[in-house]
Amino acid sequence: MKRFSLTAVLPFVWLAAFFLFPFLLVAKLSLSEVALAIPPYQPRLDLSQGLNGLSAFAQGLDLETYARLRTDHLYVAAYLSSLKFAVVSTVILLLVGYPLAYGMARSGAETRRTLMMAVILPFWTSFLIRVYAWIAILKPEGLLNAALSSLGLPTLSLLNTDAAVYIGLVYAYLPFMVLPLYAVLERQDESQLEAAADLGCTPIQAFWRVTFPQSLPGVAAGALLCFIPMVGEFVIPDLLGGSGTLMLGKVIWTEFFANRDWPAASAVAIVMLATLIIPTLLYQRQQARMVDGR
Amino acid sequence: MNDPARPRLNIGAIRESFAPWADPNAAPLVRFEGVYKQFGDETAVKGVSFDIYEGEFFALLGPSGCGKTTLMRMLAGFEAPDAGRVSLGGQDLAGQPPHRRPVNMMFQSYALFPHLSVEQNIGFGLSQQGLPRAEIRARVEETLALVKLEGLGRRRPHQLSGGQRQRVALARAIAPRPKMLLLDEPLAALDKKLREETQFELMRLQQTLGMTFLIVTHDQEEAMVVADRIAVMSAGEIAQIGRPAEIYETPNSRYVADFIGDVNLFEGRVTGADGTKVRLGSNDCPAGLEALEDDHLAMGSPVWLAVRPEKLKLHLDPPGETANRLSGKVVDYGYLGDWTTYVVELASGRTVRAAVANVSRLVERPIGYGDPVWLTFAPDGAVVLTR
Repeated sequence: MKRFSLTAVLPFVWLAAFFLFPFLLVAKLSLSEVALAIPPYQPRLDLSQGLNGLSAFAQGLDLETYARLRTDHLYVAAYLSSLKFAVVSTVILLLVGYPLAYGMARSGAETRRTLMMAVILPFWTSFLIRVYAWIAILKPEGLLNAALSSLGLPTLSLLNTDAAVYIGLVYAYLPFMVLPLYAVLERQDESQLEAAADLGCTPIQAFWRVTFPQSLPGVAAGALLCFIPMVGEFVIPDLLGGSGTLMLGKVIWTEFFANRDWPAASAVAIVMLATLIIPTLLYQRQQARMVDGR
Repeated sequence: MNDPARPRLNIGAIRESFAPWADPNAAPLVRFEGVYKQFGDETAVKGVSFDIYEGEFFALLGPSGCGKTTLMRMLAGFEAPDAGRVSLGGQDLAGQPPHRRPVNMMFQSYALFPHLSVEQNIGFGLSQQGLPRAEIRARVEETLALVKLEGLGRRRPHQLSGGQRQRVALARAIAPRPKMLLLDEPLAALDKKLREETQFELMRLQQTLGMTFLIVTHDQEEAMVVADRIAVMSAGEIAQIGRPAEIYETPNSRYVADFIGDVNLFEGRVTGADGTKVRLGSNDCPAGLEALEDDHLAMGSPVWLAVRPEKLKLHLDPPGETANRLSGKVVDYGYLGDWTTYVVELASGRTVRAAVANVSRLVERPIGYGDPVWLTFAPDGAVVLTR
């Protein structure tokens, strides 16, 4: 008989309490419908009625909200727009983060420590304050335009545009891209690069044939770590984006707090989650292969 | 040519007549001329010059930090000499990056590419040369067979044993058919038995391919077994270059005598030299020491006599009064199976090691601690060293 082990059970208890239970609540909400009540939805589960109450509750649940999501143009547009923001930002993050992580991994111990500090340092300040700082930089009479006009260049009106959202996303998520990339690049055995050079590779060829393929797990980890939360990002599009910036995070917020349409907000959240499960599963499969292959 | 049962003697017989370094008209494949290299405050290589000839198996032998690896890395292109010249086939290698040099290196850590299969590792240099796919496949197969790894081509390096990984590293380095193969401590990670097998394997491979091999090692036995010539290095300089037997039997300094194998060194002063023999007076041997030496050494000059433990003869009864007669008592001994090494303390206080072959299983008079013994050696068993 297997012995009961607290250490083995504890993670499951935690996951059930802090992930599964809230998830089920949201899932249930998404199957409910709006009602003028407090809280603003029905059916409500009345356990004092016993089994009858449970069956009445179950009959009250339906997929109508999801049908509404499909037909309402706004939700589809927000969904696609969120994916676009997340995909484009992830690509920019990779293009910016990879050289940064590579430079860190190849620099001397002293420089490496300094650079690492510079990457981590922003975490010491509140995320919200850092986004507000970007408002101060991007606003029409902000730091950026002051610098541009002092150089005699035309000014830019970036705040409340999609460009500002991209800037904010790339800025906020850069550490999450750099750190996993740095972790894989730093581990690389220098003698492998010498071996590649010895076998006829120029430094650039050695990078593409030896370094880059071995850094793919870091690329995947960094991309997912950024992509997943970016799809649902709320603060950055809300503060830096314009009224035309459509993102799921904003839609969920509006449905919950402005429209008091809790089922719609929950359904959007569930659809988003379902979409994000796919890349996560792909990543896990790849991780399993790596472990298998190591 | 790949027959593993090919007798080892053959190799030796071929190698006996191989001596391009003795031919004044032979052009060396590799030439180091007055090479210096400094790392920070430390001079790793101090004015080293030597030649390596086509088809030779050359060993750089020395303790760690003696500069042997630096010399090899200069040939591969990973280090540049601060002064002096390294040339290959008569061409100065200065300024030529590693990827353009027609030499391949087998790394001590093997440095296999973990994300590639064994086949892809071996084919790496070939695809870099731009060979067509079919030819790469054929060459990889051929090389796999050469290092006896048939059927393992699809594995990844981590799925192989240490010995197999070593072979992949070797195969990867020879597959592009370099002008020269550089082996950096190639057998250091293998256990003793596998190491000995692989030494012969390396010699066979070198003969089969007719390639020039340069090996860097700190293991003197390894260098003696595989190499045509050995360069013994000491603190950035070459102490002696020669065939293994020359280095062992006629070392040119106490350093070389001591580094290669065991040796007993007797200190003395010249009391007579006639052009064939030299006589020494020494505190260690009241009867006087005698050795073959055709140099006319100055009377009274200080010299050392190097005698290998197996050249000493051990007597339980006093031998007649002759030169090269030492007496003392056994203070320690170690039974090695084939040999027994006795540590004998002389009256002068010096300890001497004598190796006695265990030719019979039956020992009539076992020797124990404190037993008085006498040691003698022939004048042709000793080497006179002046430094």
